Amino acid sequence: MQVSMSVNGRQVSGDVEPRTLLVHFLREDRGLTGTHVGCESSYCGACTVKMDGKAVLSCTMLAVQAEGADITTVEGLAENGELHPVQEGFWERHGLQCGFCTPGMIISAVTLLEENDNPSEEEIRRGIEGNLCRCTGYHNIVRAIEYAGAKMRGEEPAPAEWENA
Amino acid sequence: MYPRQFDYVAPSSLEEALAALDANPGAKVLAGGMSLLPMMKMRLLSPEMVVDIGRIGGLGDITDNGDSISIGALVTHTEVSASGLVQEHGAALATAASWTGDRQVRNRGTCCGSMVHADVAADQPVAALALGATMVAASSGGTREIAAADFFVDTMMSALEPNEILTEVRIPKAGPGTASAYDKLGRRGGHTDYAVAGVAASVTRSNGSISAATVAVTGVGNRPVLAAGVADALVGSDGSDAAVEAAAAHATDGIDVLEDLYGSVGYKTHLAQVFAARAVKAALSAAG
Ligand SMILES: Cc1cc2nc3c(=O)[nH]c(=O)nc-3n(C[C@H](O)[C@H](O)[C@H](O)COP(=O)(O)OP(=O)(O)OC[C@H]3O[C@@H](n4cnc5c(N)ncnc54)[C@H](O)[C@@H]3O)c2cc1C
Ligand code: FES
Ligand code: FES
Repeated sequence: MQVSMSVNGRQVSGDVEPRTLLVHFLREDRGLTGTHVGCESSYCGACTVKMDGKAVLSCTMLAVQAEGADITTVEGLAENGELHPVQEGFWERHGLQCGFCTPGMIISAVTLLEENDNPSEEEIRRGIEGNLCRCTGYHNIVRAIEYAGAKMRGEEPAPAEWENA
Repeated sequence: MYPRQFDYVAPSSLEEALAALDANPGAKVLAGGMSLLPMMKMRLLSPEMVVDIGRIGGLGDITDNGDSISIGALVTHTEVSASGLVQEHGAALATAASWTGDRQVRNRGTCCGSMVHADVAADQPVAALALGATMVAASSGGTREIAAADFFVDTMMSALEPNEILTEVRIPKAGPGTASAYDKLGRRGGHTDYAVAGVAASVTRSNGSISAATVAVTGVGNRPVLAAGVADALVGSDGSDAAVEAAAAHATDGIDVLEDLYGSVGYKTHLAQVFAARAVKAALSAAG
């Protein structure tokens, strides 16, 4: 079947089987391997992409269901070589170790901050409940998202905890 | 991990979708896909055809019908939980939707899909039971209404026929003194994931006593089911904590409690009683 959608601002199309999952279309057809496949069973969130403004699981969607949709993957966040504030936050606040969960975690955080640019710690933790991290732990990820929120509001992020230690 | 091959259609009208179901007895309806696609990926289910209803117009709204509200087939869990109308007239359902899965699941999964999937431990079906909801089913022969109390038939089996589409869940508006609430223990602790046990309750208070009550439990038996024993004991009582706790002791009366990976019969029975008391107390305090 023919499918076409916007991916990171570019109109793309491809010929897929109906059973092709969106994540495989993105990774294998489009070569966008930033979106990861973790559990493959809808639980870990590594495959999270932004579709029409909302965080969705690309492993639990058919590519044909995204016909006409507007998709953003982690590759589409940086603009003109400048990291997105959430990417910068993960860098500055050590929000990753192995990086496997990171693309999905970052997309979740981006959509969370687009809905509410000043979330409480509780709202951040709830906002990333669909993203599992096996190594960093959530502490620094929360700090990274707080950093990004401050940047997006035009404020100076709070200093890193280790700077006061 | 991907499903077996299937034919896919995404009709733009309800009539076309119903005709596709009539013509293909092996077809399955696809809404949010949060239950159907995982089952197809695990190959627990391999339909010959998938009828994606996601492109049908007019099914994506929550509407005010005067004496009731309707939740259309494409309304997501996120939209149900954020709806002022649902919060006002079916708080138990709004809460159940907000505790369904995680943020990504709620952005795609639908309230109607949750009803039809009829998982033994699902959140929103018990809220529909407690609220006295009506399921509106369409087929090429017309539409019919099914009371929520008759809709959940057995484990993952609803009263819907394979050639029918659930077009709306209709909830009667809450009259004066009526309020509802839902509480549960999730499989991953707190309110996260399917219910180990959960209870939804709707109560009406008038002249200092409880004049009507509907209570339903999820996670403990073979399907979401009414807990008539709790409701019977509540009606006519003063709604004091002692009366509520005495009524909650009947949470699993007449229900065949089943052990599963998440708890023994004794544990589930205990949880059902605890959450029955909590849900009824929360509904009573919201009813004023
Ligand atoms: C990670 C994860 C966690 C979850 N956690 C929870 C949880 O905590 N609590 C909970 O209750 N649920 C949970 N779910 C299930 C989720 O709520 C599903 O969204 C819901 O069960 C089905 O809705 P859907 O729109 O996704 O339906 P689909 O997956 O598209 O369909 C499910 C079934 O219903 C049928 N169907 C769907 N819509 C219609 C319709 N309008 N008419 C006729 N047939 C229809 C389909 O044919 C299929 O048989 C979870 C799912 C996942 C993936
Ligand atoms: S790979 Fe999609 S949720 Fe884990
Ligand atoms: S950084 Fe390794 S899983 Fe999260």
